[in-house]
Amino acid sequence: MTKPEQNAEQIPDGGVIATDPADRSLWPLWEVFVRSSRGLSHVHAGSLHAPDASMALRNARDLYTRRNEGTSIWVVPTAEIAASDPDSKGGYFESAQGKAYRHATYYTQSEGVPHL
Amino acid sequence: MSTQSPTLHPVEETAATEQISEDARAAADEARVGWERFEQLIAEDKRVEPRDWMPDNYRKTLVRQVSQHAHSEIIGMQPEGNWITRAPSLKRKAVLMAKVQDEAGHGLYLYSAAETLGTPRDELYEQLYTGKAKYSSIFNYPARTWADIGAIGWLVDGAAITNQVPLCRASYGPYGRSMVRICKEESFHQRQGWEILYSLSHGTEEQKQMAQNAVDRFYGPALQMFGPPDDESPNSRQSMAWNIKRFSNDELRQRFVDMIVPQAEALGLRLPDPELKWNEERGHYDYGDLDWDEFFSVVKGNGPLNHQRLAHYRAARDNGAWVREAAAAYAAKQQQTEYDAALLAA
Ligand SMILES: [Fe+2]
Ligand SMILES: [Fe+2]
Repeated sequence: MTKPEQNAEQIPDGGVIATDPADRSLWPLWEVFVRSSRGLSHVHAGSLHAPDASMALRNARDLYTRRNEGTSIWVVPTAEIAASDPDSKGGYFESAQGKAYRHATYYTQSEGVPHL
Repeated sequence: MSTQSPTLHPVEETAATEQISEDARAAADEARVGWERFEQLIAEDKRVEPRDWMPDNYRKTLVRQVSQHAHSEIIGMQPEGNWITRAPSLKRKAVLMAKVQDEAGHGLYLYSAAETLGTPRDELYEQLYTGKAKYSSIFNYPARTWADIGAIGWLVDGAAITNQVPLCRASYGPYGRSMVRICKEESFHQRQGWEILYSLSHGTEEQKQMAQNAVDRFYGPALQMFGPPDDESPNSRQSMAWNIKRFSNDELRQRFVDMIVPQAEALGLRLPDPELKWNEERGHYDYGDLDWDEFFSVVKGNGPLNHQRLAHYRAARDNGAWVREAAAAYAAKQQQTEYDAALLAA
């Protein structure tokens, strides 16, 4: 766990008011993931502010599952999520491109042969 | 830890001017590449996501639109919230509570979307609190009778849906996604309103009159929810070029009018517009001019309840402050305890 947050108007290291909203609000930001039914993955539903994890879960229930949308909820502090850089899209995901042989449709000789 | 934009870091003491100009050049390059990528996304009708480069104006337009939309959902709880204690039956009360709770949820979905554009939640709240931010003018009208709750659901939520369905395809990903969620919930809002009016219009003469009066009051303001006529709405052209808005104000208004005419007939109520009639040639209903002087006057703050709506919002926010602070203090204390325990264990 990182150092506890001191107060609402904290000034982060470096003396600059954070531009990240998660650092500025009285209650931190959480990302909400909902499992819509057994057998399916949790899927990102949205975000919300809450003082701690248990309140984040309660709020997520009220906000994202008012109509039986979920059987399970995860909440994750937004600040704890590491993400790939959207600008490096080309380079970062390049190795998956040009490799059609990773897909079944690449193999055509078996056309017409049953169950293959 | 969160990342900060590089421009916020103080330049090292040792940095020479050439370093700065190199940074400036790098920033310019980044903006150029970003711009090209943005233009391409829009041209291909793809979605822009929070961490993508986007033009300042696009970001500003969205923050304004999405936060205004969020504020409207929040203020929009008031006219109906007023009637929860006076709903005519337990069923109607439960329905109205569910609807008002949905509107709170809509506000929160939209604030989340606005926040991904870099404006903190508390700042958005502050803008509404101080009266700096706008919200939909319709909510400055009072709900005088129970029938008004029906008219609000049918006409106000109905107009909102007409406006919001195309916004599900807005170019900014988080906005579109919150609209999808909202639209799914809205259809119940409109139907429950229509049913309230249906009950009244099939009740006593007095009840039917009450329903008619409510429709008379809300018809014009509901049509104005789509905004001023196209030739007086210069910003919508840019919004359409950016694929935020998909149809013009007048197009959406027409779509709404065409939709509600048969619905009003099914209610046995009349829409208060003597010029309303089917135009065979256009394949649409013609409708009369709306009172735009009144509209702009309400926007400027002179509606029946502008002052009251904001005062109520402020009071609710002020009265809830201790709860928010106490919860934050409790969370901080819990975290401190965990931190101390970890130190002791180490
Ligand atoms: Fe709503
Ligand atoms: Fe609604």
